Amino acid sequence: MHPAYSIIVFTVASGAGYGVLFALALIAVFATPPGDIWFGLCGFGLALALVSVGLASSALHLGHPERALKAFSQWRSSWLSREGVAAAASYPVAGIFALVWLLGGSGVLLVVPALATAATCIVTVACTGMIYASLKPVRRWHNGWVVPGYLALALMTGALWLGALAHLFGVARPEFAWFGAAAVVVAGLLKLGYWRFIDHDTGGPTAESATGLGALGEVRLLDAPHTSENYLLKEMGYSIARKYARRLRREALWWGFLLPLPSAFAAGLLAPASFATFCALLAAALASAGVLVERWLFFAEARHSVTLYYGARTA
Amino acid sequence: MTSLPVDRGAKALGLVIDLDICVGCHACAVICKEWNAGGHAAPLTDTNPYGRDADGVWFNRVHTFEAGAGAESRTVHFPRSCLHCEEPACVTVCPTGASYKRAEDGIVLVDESLCIGCKLCSWACPYGAREYDVDAGVMKKCTLCIDRIYNDNLDEADRVPACVATCPASARHFGDLGDPDSEVSAMVRERGGYDLMAEMGYRPTNKYLPPRPRRDGGGGAGDGAAALEPLGTPEGKFLQWVDRLFSR
Amino acid sequence: MGQERIDTSPKVADEVRRTTCYQCACRCGIKVHLRDGAIRYIEGDRDHPVNRGVLCAKGSAGIMTAYSPARLTKPLKRVGPRGAGEFEEIEWDEALGIAVGWLAEIRKSDPRRLAFFTGRDQSQALTGWWATQFGTPNYAAHGGFCSVNMAAGGLYTIGGSFWEFGEPDWERTRYFMMFGCAEDHHSNPIKIGLSRLKARGAKFVSVNPIKTGYSAIADEWVGLRPGTDGLLVFALIRELLLADKIDFDYLVRYTNAPWLVIRDAGAADDGLFARDVDGNPLCRDGESGELTNALAAGVTPALVGEADLADGRKAVPVFELMARRCLDDEYAPEAVAPKVGIAPATIRRIAAELAHAAFDEEVTLDVPWTDWAGRRHDKMVGRPVSFHAMRGISAHSNGFHTCRALHVLQMLLGSIDCPGGFRYKPPFPRPIPPAPRPAGKPHDIKPGMPLAGAPLGFVTGPEDLLLAGDGAPMRIDKAFSWEAPLAAHGIMHMVVTNAWKGDPYPIDTLFMFMSNMSWNSTMNTAGVMEMLTDSDASTGQYRIPHIIYADAFYSEMVAYADLVLPDTTYLERYDAISLLDRPISGADGAADSIRQPVIATDRDVRPFQDVLLDIGARLGLPGLVDDHGNPRYPGGYADYIVHHERRPGIGTLAGWRGEDGDSHGRGAPNPRQIERYVENGGYWHEPLPEHMRFFKHANRDYLEYAEHMGFTPKAEPVVFQIYSEVMQKFRLAARGHGAVQPPDEHRARIDTYFDPLPMWYPPFEEAAVKTDDYPLHALTQRPMAMYHSWGSHNAWQRQIHGDNHLYMNRAAAEKLGLADDDWVWVISHHGRVKGRLRLMEGVNADTVWTWNAIAKRRGAWNLAADAEEGTRAFLLNHVISELLPEREDGYRYANSDPVTGQAAWYDLRVRIEKALPAEEGMSAPQFDVLDAPPGLAERPRVLRYGAAFRDKGGAKA
Ligand SMILES: Nc1nc2c(c(=O)[nH]1)N[C@H]1C(S)=C(S)[C@@H](COP(=O)(O)OP(=O)(O)OC[C@H]3O[C@@H](n4cnc5c(=O)[nH]c(N)nc54)[C@H](O)[C@@H]3O)O[C@H]1N2
Ligand SMILES: Nc1nc2c(c(=O)[nH]1)N[C@H]1C(S)=C(S)[C@@H](COP(=O)(O)OP(=O)(O)OC[C@H]3O[C@@H](n4cnc5c(=O)[nH]c(N)nc54)[C@H](O)[C@@H]3O)O[C@H]1N2
Ligand code: SF4
Ligand code: SF4
Ligand code: SF4
Ligand code: SF4
Ligand code: SF4
Ligand SMILES: [Mo]
Repeated sequence: MHPAYSIIVFTVASGAGYGVLFALALIAVFATPPGDIWFGLCGFGLALALVSVGLASSALHLGHPERALKAFSQWRSSWLSREGVAAAASYPVAGIFALVWLLGGSGVLLVVPALATAATCIVTVACTGMIYASLKPVRRWHNGWVVPGYLALALMTGALWLGALAHLFGVARPEFAWFGAAAVVVAGLLKLGYWRFIDHDTGGPTAESATGLGALGEVRLLDAPHTSENYLLKEMGYSIARKYARRLRREALWWGFLLPLPSAFAAGLLAPASFATFCALLAAALASAGVLVERWLFFAEARHSVTLYYGARTA
Repeated sequence: MTSLPVDRGAKALGLVIDLDICVGCHACAVICKEWNAGGHAAPLTDTNPYGRDADGVWFNRVHTFEAGAGAESRTVHFPRSCLHCEEPACVTVCPTGASYKRAEDGIVLVDESLCIGCKLCSWACPYGAREYDVDAGVMKKCTLCIDRIYNDNLDEADRVPACVATCPASARHFGDLGDPDSEVSAMVRERGGYDLMAEMGYRPTNKYLPPRPRRDGGGGAGDGAAALEPLGTPEGKFLQWVDRLFSR
Repeated sequence: MGQERIDTSPKVADEVRRTTCYQCACRCGIKVHLRDGAIRYIEGDRDHPVNRGVLCAKGSAGIMTAYSPARLTKPLKRVGPRGAGEFEEIEWDEALGIAVGWLAEIRKSDPRRLAFFTGRDQSQALTGWWATQFGTPNYAAHGGFCSVNMAAGGLYTIGGSFWEFGEPDWERTRYFMMFGCAEDHHSNPIKIGLSRLKARGAKFVSVNPIKTGYSAIADEWVGLRPGTDGLLVFALIRELLLADKIDFDYLVRYTNAPWLVIRDAGAADDGLFARDVDGNPLCRDGESGELTNALAAGVTPALVGEADLADGRKAVPVFELMARRCLDDEYAPEAVAPKVGIAPATIRRIAAELAHAAFDEEVTLDVPWTDWAGRRHDKMVGRPVSFHAMRGISAHSNGFHTCRALHVLQMLLGSIDCPGGFRYKPPFPRPIPPAPRPAGKPHDIKPGMPLAGAPLGFVTGPEDLLLAGDGAPMRIDKAFSWEAPLAAHGIMHMVVTNAWKGDPYPIDTLFMFMSNMSWNSTMNTAGVMEMLTDSDASTGQYRIPHIIYADAFYSEMVAYADLVLPDTTYLERYDAISLLDRPISGADGAADSIRQPVIATDRDVRPFQDVLLDIGARLGLPGLVDDHGNPRYPGGYADYIVHHERRPGIGTLAGWRGEDGDSHGRGAPNPRQIERYVENGGYWHEPLPEHMRFFKHANRDYLEYAEHMGFTPKAEPVVFQIYSEVMQKFRLAARGHGAVQPPDEHRARIDTYFDPLPMWYPPFEEAAVKTDDYPLHALTQRPMAMYHSWGSHNAWQRQIHGDNHLYMNRAAAEKLGLADDDWVWVISHHGRVKGRLRLMEGVNADTVWTWNAIAKRRGAWNLAADAEEGTRAFLLNHVISELLPEREDGYRYANSDPVTGQAAWYDLRVRIEKALPAEEGMSAPQFDVLDAPPGLAERPRVLRYGAAFRDKGGAKA
């Protein structure tokens, strides 16, 4: 599948935004929010900014962005519509949560909106994941690894960014770092599991089943319908050489997980505030860079069954 | 309306494509382009039409495959257009309701006024039957010639899809595949018509008829013909022929 | 939200006009739907006899041709050096003045100095007649490089031919063998026919080195090695003869099998038919042993056995000679198999299947008919095996003979023009060979005078050749000379080379119409481009001093013209598809048709036929002006179509003749004729009554009808010529007999190849080059969705074939370490081209091939300079030489069939070498990018054709 930048930015940024929101909700539920109002303001601000940038970017992908509102109508069947509805719903819910937090509310008053916000975050990111996971023609998406992966990566980037913010405002606590590090581990393991899964996945449709000509022998494309590339190939025929994909996976692994992990630890362990802040920021930045690479690969490595009509042997 | 029509009748209009006789002439592809360029989904935009990487919207595309190896291999021409699936993934995936399946005849269409051009339906269609018009920013696709098949301004005989009307080899047939008594249904039964990627659980309406087995006899006598018996040697023939007399 | 409301009955058109498609030469009927004067839609005309409602890919793309940005817009005069594409626009008066100036001078001095050649032309009845009036013999259309082997092979053997002059009995045949046909001129009818045939369960065998298109749907594919079909046919004949699976009855009735051939080695009449005093061929009565008129009804001739002639010499029946040749062990399946590449068992099986279908599955129609001798038959009995062949046979230097062999096979099976067999389309069959003989002997050509007859025709012996006193060719293309005596269609592929060399003489003006001679229709393309621009060092003048070219589009050839006469597209003019030219008849009845303008012309262009008539009138050519010197056809071509008479009562169109328009075939000109055609959908079709539909060569009622219609001069039966006396006459000349003899350097060649019986020999290029150096055959095929060079400026067609690959057998390629998409050099004895490889299974292991005419010169056709056609596609023509490698004495014959001069495109031998990494990415050879001439339309970057119809409420409610 063609790795469109608008969609990569959309999923990565909105994921991180929901991750930040979710982390804020966790703090509200399991700990007490730091008193610093600026931390709160910036935390929510960052979350909403990331989510909004993401959604805006996704609108860039549309042929008719001005009609984007129409996308809310089909929530009963369409995951994209559901994602839109959930994203839209998350704004007021998160708004109430933010308001209570900033006004210093606590107890049930804070926990209820926090839990509600956490739920909208999970739902929205899960919907995003489901947009892909629901697509049967793309086996590398249509599997159980995709939604957990989206959730974990969102949480990981969100937690790391919020952790970094906490360091900047001097309200960091070691648990934040441990939590971030744990998220990195979980997300990393999920990603490794995903890669392992797609590498060993067999049994998808083949050129033989796509054409129904298997009984005659191995099926090979002789001539495509047109001598230059068409929309289908540009959009769904993107393919990436195995060697290149391996290299990018290594990069994603290093940037996304292996480097952020010690940085997150360092942020939690090391006393000098400035160095800890640096490490926390580094962890967040590296992780986001890694997730961008990961997301690019998520598209680039995905193969669509239409390619079977254009020379692919399996999809 | 959301997802699939609830009040779907049995009628399932679609095409049956005979791979045994398709010569790969592209007539169906070009006439489809021609009819539809000015039809329901007009235009079928072409970008860079006279330069490098020309690209256009085509609702019907003809592929050529080879199956098997060596002299025994088969060359099979394979036209591909929307299969008007009974449970079209392109419809359920659509966030706006632009992509829909008609209740009355099962034709799958795009309501361009609702389409936001998110392209998700093209990802959801396993067969690559969605055609995005970059210039118009909306999704387009085979309309099963909705503007022909019921068109009172056309002669009765012309109320069939353009691609069916034009196919010089009569490799394309149009009809109601929901009606077991229709000609197309009978054809599918008799010839073992099949679904593409059936193992994926899709329920396409269009069916493909498989190429018939070759009749090259596997080296021995074929087609009911007994091997020829030489009657005599080359030299001996002339004596035999002496009394072969016929009058003019 | 409810389901979208759709207008399912949108208005399609304000008006529908019926005319004839010309996206190729199949000439289907089309209905053009117009909205506000623009083309909404073109569809096949259901009532039309040719296509019966279907339309091919090219036909459907007609809209994009009609509005192509490559359309020329105004007459052009060259201002830069020839070949650069630098022009200025001029007015028509000036353009015509220039042409008339050059031509008038030529006509006054030596009309031969005009060479007038036309390509994809379908108005040869007009252009040939015009050349005659002008007085030059140097006229031909593209037939010589196209399929004259097929045409001549048939016309000299059965009085008709495959090609578009006949067709299988699609409805009744049980066994159909197609030889070397990728698409044919009859694109749509063949597809319709194949589909009907397969639906009936009849067997379809395709003999073709490549398994695409028709071959892909064949019940059996015979993937032989190119150039060896003759061997296969001989082997089949041998098997049938051995098993006595021969229709002797048919041979006796309809062929010259029983005719006696004089055996008198060294005599001047050796090998000619023994004749009685009235000139009738003789046969030996099988019962009495007497010699008797072989043409008489009711004779019972012997087919074998020597006869004693009255003068004591011996004679042998044709059948025996033919059988002796075919029974030779060299044609045993085992003997031919290694060369043909087909297993002996397969050859035997096919022979058995042919015999089975022919003799065990006889078709009988309960239709009484009367034969030429007046005998009534109450049934029509047919042998339902049929054949068709095209350029896979004819585009080889052994094609004429292979074609004849195939016709002999048909005769032996008794399957010519019988139910289930091959069928003639009227006006065929014609006498063997048909009239007239070509004009162009020295005394036929006089300054200021018309030529004594038509420049093209059929020679009947050496005395009909067009030779100068010294035996040199009279024609610039050397047609009807010793190099190509039976060149019935001329030899267009030699015109530029010969004119450049001044061999046999220099010319002044090369006038061409609809022929892309500096690119895909020529051999040695790069060389021809140089010849066109080469100048004489002494005078500084171009070697070919003037070039006038009429094209509708900015083709590669336009750049080489000094004067460009822009034509309209086919939707903007009148045309006639005449029975005098290449007919569109079907086997069940004669037909002809017209084109009429369906859209208005928006450029300063004129139909070429109008222009030609105008030039003719300005030159004052006889027939083109009236007694006062005024134009005879002031109304242009439409006027000519209606009023011109070839012979009294016979004109361009056969339908609705006579003052009142109620006679067909013959009749006075009808001023309302075109209107009648328009009313009838643009065509005229006269179904034959059932009793005339078969055995046309011997069917009295049909023959009388044919005479009445002017198809044939006399209602006489056509006797098929297994043994060709015409050929033997040439052979005798080569052996020193007769007044007209070949010069010594041509004797051996004439002696060898003018065998009166069909023969087989290896294609010339294969015989001349070291096959180890050039181990592969290289072919081209017609893509169904493109027509030669025409498709590339068509926005839709070029998306289907904007680029080409060289296809190669996978196993063979892998042995050489070659893989898909490799850049490779294709190297012949003449040169090399570079392109990309694609591996496939369904191709003979010794064969590579590509689609024809996809590559374009950069800048031509108003395509962007970086378009794939110019940068990645490759043209095989560059490696095909128009001359054969030198023979011992250094002489180089044309790369042609020695009998007909047919261009031997498919004799090409090559080897494949992988290109160096640095050579990848661009095809070769490359030439300077052509400048666009003034006036061409802007190329749109986005094409939204049809949007306007939608805005007008075309589709939405
Ligand atoms: N390698 C290889 N070369 C081949 C062949 C092959 O098999 N292999 N086949 C050969 C054969 S059989 C043939 S017939 C030739 C064909 O070769 P050509 O006779 O040259 O045919 P085209 O290239 O189709 O068209 C010639 C010109 O007709 C022009 N034209 C199109 N429509 C019109 C019109 O309405 N009016 C006018 N005035 N001009 C028009 C086009 O612009 C083009 O320049 O190619 C030959 N060349
Ligand atoms: N779509 C389309 N239709 C056309 C044309 C076009 O350009 N496009 N051109 C028109 C013209 S001008 C012509 S002349 C006709 C030509 O009509 P065809 O003769 O059908 O066309 P070609 O492409 O020359 O096909 C030659 C076939 O012979 C095969 N072949 C080559 N060598 C041999 C051999 O030695 N033995 C056998 N058995 N087969 C062999 C090739 O593989 C190929 O399939 O088509 C006409 N129709
Ligand atoms: S028109 Fe018919 S024969 Fe031609 S490609 Fe289409 S389905 Fe095949
Ligand atoms: S083929 Fe594709 S576009 Fe057509 S109905 Fe099925 S899923 Fe939708
Ligand atoms: S592109 Fe249009 S039709 Fe397709 S899913 Fe998006 S909104 Fe629906
Ligand atoms: S049914 Fe109509 S829209 Fe669909 S492929 Fe055929 S011609 Fe095109
Ligand atoms: S075969 Fe096609 S291009 Fe040729 S005349 Fe017929 S419709 Fe036109
Ligand atoms: Mo041709």
